Amino acid sequence: MRHGKLTPAALRKYGFVVSFLAVPVLLYVVFVVWQYIQAFQISFTNSRGISPNFDYVGFDNFTRLFDDEVFWAAVRHHVVLLLAMPLITIAIALFFSFLLNLGGGQRNGRMVGVPGSAFYKIVFFFPQVLAVAIVGVLFQAILRPDKAGVFNSALGAVGIGPVGWLITPSLALWTIIGVMVWQAVGFYVVLFSAGMASIPKDVFEAAALDGAGRITLFFRITIPLLWDTLQVGWVYLGIAAFDGFALVQVLSVDRGGPDNATTVLPLEIWRNAFTYSKYGVASAMGVALFFMTLTFAVLTLRVTRRERIEF
Amino acid sequence: MPVAPSKAATAPRPRRRSINVFSGLSHAALVIWAILVIFPIVWTFLASFKTNTELFGDHSLAMPQNFDWSSWGRAWDKAHIGLYMINTIKVVAVSTFLTMLFGSMAAYVLARYTFFGNRAIYLLFVSGLSFPVFLALAPLWLTMKNLGLLGTHTGLILVYVAYSLPFTVFFLTAFFRTLPTTVGEAAMMDGCSHTRTFFQIMLPMAKPGLISITIFNVIGQWNQYLLPIVLLPGDAQDKWLITQGIANISTNAGYEADWAGLFAALSMAIIPVLIVYIIFQRQIQSGLTAGAIK
Repeated sequence: MRHGKLTPAALRKYGFVVSFLAVPVLLYVVFVVWQYIQAFQISFTNSRGISPNFDYVGFDNFTRLFDDEVFWAAVRHHVVLLLAMPLITIAIALFFSFLLNLGGGQRNGRMVGVPGSAFYKIVFFFPQVLAVAIVGVLFQAILRPDKAGVFNSALGAVGIGPVGWLITPSLALWTIIGVMVWQAVGFYVVLFSAGMASIPKDVFEAAALDGAGRITLFFRITIPLLWDTLQVGWVYLGIAAFDGFALVQVLSVDRGGPDNATTVLPLEIWRNAFTYSKYGVASAMGVALFFMTLTFAVLTLRVTRRERIEF
Repeated sequence: MPVAPSKAATAPRPRRRSINVFSGLSHAALVIWAILVIFPIVWTFLASFKTNTELFGDHSLAMPQNFDWSSWGRAWDKAHIGLYMINTIKVVAVSTFLTMLFGSMAAYVLARYTFFGNRAIYLLFVSGLSFPVFLALAPLWLTMKNLGLLGTHTGLILVYVAYSLPFTVFFLTAFFRTLPTTVGEAAMMDGCSHTRTFFQIMLPMAKPGLISITIFNVIGQWNQYLLPIVLLPGDAQDKWLITQGIANISTNAGYEADWAGLFAALSMAIIPVLIVYIIFQRQIQSGLTAGAIK
């Protein structure tokens, strides 16, 4: 088919293209693209939502963020989340997926996982299909601060006193991170298992023949060959570290407390918009969040880029 | 492939003992993690049969004294879990169907047809992946209010579809590109229309990709919490979905002291998901990790 000539066939083709794209593009532009454009616009106004009248206030909303203690608390929490959560999750998931895929040593000349691997993979992944809000409610009861709380009862049995998991300001954020890790590990076990399955078995066999122990196998063979998958996991978890909304909103004391010890930007955006009706401030926070996520993604892709090992 | 049964790998070595300790510890780690996952869920289920005295007494880990299902009845009727569940099924069924229909239509055209603006539209869709939905929250609420769609399932469905499109289009475009072109071309030669080629030839061929991404969307939309609490506010309580319903019950359980009711509601939200997961776990695992593995 030649381009530029409106033959009946070409007309039919373009008619088809337009009819197939019209609805999805329209939906997407109206409810997504247009909203993001408006968010940037609103972040420069003092819009309070209800009245249609508002003024442009320049960078006022942004300069106000600089003096806002809660905003900085939220940013600090994202930094802690970003440093701790991906690292802990990936370390645990990598360890488990190694055990479940290669930890059983050789059998009939093939690398196998430890006994019961299939069962563990099913169990570990399950929290991933639960809604974060449901997980939050679930852990409210588990982590209750009194000695009848489930976790504290279990710890009490071995003589550890009741711990105020969510009410101690210095501990609360780490408790939230713990719950995030609890939910995420299974997903990365499955992800890394798929990555390990795509590494040719003879690489491990050759290394084992040369007398490499499991530790060498793990650090010298598995991790380098799994680098691409690890990088994907890192980006996913990093982006999750800029969220945390549902869990903090449902699980933490006073939604982000105690005393803003667990608050995160998405929660503050939601609160500013729907509790205080400060749409301008909420949108300015949204813009800040967007640039933080973007910076993270660009930096990660730059820093972790290495020679790709072909196999 | 080297078949030599290696003596080095099987023969006992001095390191043997340390390896045994290592594998003992790693088994322990696996067992502990499995308990950490299973125990909270089993405890919640059992807690739905307990009285408040049992829950807050000295033996909160003990089995319930009698299996009284009345808390389940209270959660279903009084706390409206039944209603929320049906609402969620309705919303997710319609929005997943529409997401898949529109997503695959757009992806197919973008993957298989050359026309002016193809690349621009593709990039427009994919760029949506890099924006946090929280950025759009305030304007989205205002738009929905102005359109009169706030507090309606129609509005929520449209928003779900729109926000699911970037990933769906991104994934399916890549998938349609991997399919052979010859079958579709042959059909067109035989006079099959573009539309018919798509629905009767290309869609069936794309089935594995469609299944993965359908699972991805069903789970993602079923678990959505942010959009329901923003777009179905408190005055539309009969429209609520399961996640916001459960979160609300947990806030109220403190006032009404109906803890067993809360745990029954929680169990009702978890058990169907658990059953579906156990039946389809292989497909679900590959569906959810599909985005990460090319």
